[in-house]
Amino acid sequence: MSTDTVFKAADIDDLARGAAFLGSGGGGDPYIGSLLLREAMKTSGDIPLISMDDVPEDALVVPTAMIGAPTVMVEKIPSGEEAVETLRRTEQAVGKKVFALMPAEIGGLNALLPFVLAARMGLPVVDADGCGRAVPHINMTTFSIYGVPVSPVTICDEHRSSVLINAVDDLAAEHLARATSTAMGAAAIMSCYPILGRQLNVAAIPRTITSALNIGRQIRQAREAREDPIERLLTYLRSSDYYKHAYLLFDGKVTDLERRTVGGFSVGTLHITGGPGSPGLMEIIIQNENLSARIDGKIVTMVPDLICIIDRETAEPITTEGLRYGQRVRVLGIGAPPLLRTAEALEVVGPDKFGIAEPYRPIETLYGQS
Amino acid sequence: MKIGIDVGGTNTDAVLMDGSRVVAGLKSPTTEDVSSGVEEALRQLQPAIGASKIDSLVIGTTQFTNAFVQGKDLSQVAVLRIGSPATHALPPLCAWPEHLLAAIGDCRTIVRGGHNVDGRRIAALDERAVAAFAREIRKRGIKAASVTSVFAPATPDDEHRAAEIILNEAPDTFLTMSHTTGRLGLLERENAATMNASLAALSKKVVRSFEEAIASAGLNCPFYISQNDGTVLDSKTVAAFPVLTFASGPTNSMRGAALLSGARDAIIADIGGTTSDIGAISNGYPRESTVSSDIGGVKTNFRMPDVFALGLGGGSLVRTSPDLAIGPISTGHALHKEALVFGGSTLTASDIVVAAGLADFGDRSRVAYLDTKFISEALQLMNVMFEAAVEKMRTSNAEIPIILVGGGVSLISSKKFGPSEIIIPENSGVANAVGAALAQIGGEFDQIILYADEPREQAVNRAKAEATAIAIGRGAVESSIEIVDVEEVPLNYVDGDAVRLRVKAVGDFA
Repeated sequence: MSTDTVFKAADIDDLARGAAFLGSGGGGDPYIGSLLLREAMKTSGDIPLISMDDVPEDALVVPTAMIGAPTVMVEKIPSGEEAVETLRRTEQAVGKKVFALMPAEIGGLNALLPFVLAARMGLPVVDADGCGRAVPHINMTTFSIYGVPVSPVTICDEHRSSVLINAVDDLAAEHLARATSTAMGAAAIMSCYPILGRQLNVAAIPRTITSALNIGRQIRQAREAREDPIERLLTYLRSSDYYKHAYLLFDGKVTDLERRTVGGFSVGTLHITGGPGSPGLMEIIIQNENLSARIDGKIVTMVPDLICIIDRETAEPITTEGLRYGQRVRVLGIGAPPLLRTAEALEVVGPDKFGIAEPYRPIETLYGQS
Repeated sequence: MKIGIDVGGTNTDAVLMDGSRVVAGLKSPTTEDVSSGVEEALRQLQPAIGASKIDSLVIGTTQFTNAFVQGKDLSQVAVLRIGSPATHALPPLCAWPEHLLAAIGDCRTIVRGGHNVDGRRIAALDERAVAAFAREIRKRGIKAASVTSVFAPATPDDEHRAAEIILNEAPDTFLTMSHTTGRLGLLERENAATMNASLAALSKKVVRSFEEAIASAGLNCPFYISQNDGTVLDSKTVAAFPVLTFASGPTNSMRGAALLSGARDAIIADIGGTTSDIGAISNGYPRESTVSSDIGGVKTNFRMPDVFALGLGGGSLVRTSPDLAIGPISTGHALHKEALVFGGSTLTASDIVVAAGLADFGDRSRVAYLDTKFISEALQLMNVMFEAAVEKMRTSNAEIPIILVGGGVSLISSKKFGPSEIIIPENSGVANAVGAALAQIGGEFDQIILYADEPREQAVNRAKAEATAIAIGRGAVESSIEIVDVEEVPLNYVDGDAVRLRVKAVGDFA
């Protein structure tokens, strides 16, 4: 089925908000992404948003993303030439012209960057991604899990220095890319997972851009109608394709936040002290994204399921770098899309990959039945 | 004794306080020039002061915020960003509204320089380009400048050097370095620094006019201006950093309401002439906004109280057709001329409450023609508007009270909303001035710490102790000190051990 829609400048805020939510804390500050996109769309006009079915079998689709620490990106803003350079280098490496762009992950800034580049290059964006959320490592995508290699990866910095990575496997590529981004000042732009139209059906999660747009719209429309945005959001998620298992986990105030940048990641521990109706203490472990949530020591959600921290009144998603002592927040736990929960997927994005000792249990059994 | 003054859009309020007791409180109209209104308020307070010794005088003012939002009385600002070749995708002030850009002017550039998160340079500072920019500043006769360098909160070297070059070329420039007004987040910090510089001329004028007003009232006491976190700034600091006063109004009214009512947890509504500013206090302090604050359409990362401004106040225009509607348009400070009860020809929310007998000011006979059904419908509409706004700010279903303060408390005729009682404390009309009078003294700790050498817990405790000591040194009472802010900015991603640690302690004046 052809979607044949266009993405307009008026959709930017909805996409940014929805993507910030699905980022599960990570993916970078969507505000920077929306500013970059607004600036780019001043001259480009609307961007075609096409369905996976609209991509010819042999056509090349290139996901682009930022790599590094989101906290760095809010300070060292791109020059705008990095992404153009990565695309040029990827086309050289693959030996094919690019047909369309897509997000590697629908979380945060990375959902918007392909649109920024699409505006600049006059290319369409495919309504799909490789995560259905944001992930901290570039090998942790459905592309990788279902057989599309990340290499060749091209990474470029603000000086237009670029590095081409052809790694033996995706984990090796992750290490090389991470070291490269660190050397580039912990924030750089990359093109990765060059993918052909026929591979999309196996390895990409369709319509996640539409999901993000809808999440953003639900929050906005609820505010406009003066309804509780959180209720409306939960209702929408429970009726959606991938995010059915959605729960309000906790309600409280940020009482401690320890945050460091280690090896190119923002890592930290967040404590939320419960308010009325939510006694106890929630602890969230962060590595760019929110990895695990515990209430009084008992785990209630773990990666790859989503842990989304939102403003307790407005449902505005709060990303890792936006966390502050004293904030009043609510925490939602949401089951990840099914493609991220298979046995093969858990080999790559399971909790043990993040140093969490407990075996993966889906949120609907971990929290839903408690 | 202490004096607190709040300069609002409509009224200038003044209180004389003995400890936490209000000795005298009054309202007097805000004047165009502000200072004569302050002088008048002080003159009216004089009989109550008598021969008492005044220990401090604190002024809360919305002048800087209003000037910025309206783009009035702003200085042209030369905006220098240091970070090329990075950051070009979002040029300086790229998301500012047109009317403000027109006031700020188009003298802005990005030069090579700035740092990475680990302290390595992005590029060497292009001193020649900075010098050329400085000559441009002089040539154009621009009097204010902002300088923002990538990662300046961690490595401010390039900002210092660029400031030196500019001041060498154009010594009279009012210059704001971004690391002195903001934290991480290049655009927000650049916005704040530029806003601050745009208030260059106004800040000098305002501080001088306050000094004159106080002197001509015959007072000889230290004077302070309150800032957005509920603490005070001395006049010299305000002259250099006027942006720090932004949003002090809501903080003052919430703190004042908390002090007047004795409540520690409550919803507070400050009902003024144009808006009702609704916020919440938790444990006596305003709840902070989690979203970046947007001032006149410009995003900053100041910490602000979380306030919802409902377009309902004493001066709100009442429209009768096609449907009954109240606000958001208001007579503002012209209420005393334009409202029906004051002899004007505009039907306002104030006229409704006077007609209903809920308030007694102006000439009630001028609204006697309004029919009872219409009056009760209008009162009901105000209650409904207000209750919906309060619901937005509620944090739980707990039975916390709703405290009404400000000049327009009579607009709300309900006694209870849901489980919450509505309280109008004594002297509620001058809560802002009470909040200003009782504003606190802050102490800050801001240092780079190596957690490898000093474990985090130990460092944070030391920071808290030092911030506390500074607040006490400035005159705060030790037993009243609270830590209101702890912030860590990581500086080094390789070993993860260096952070810029900032802590703020606040306490009451002795």
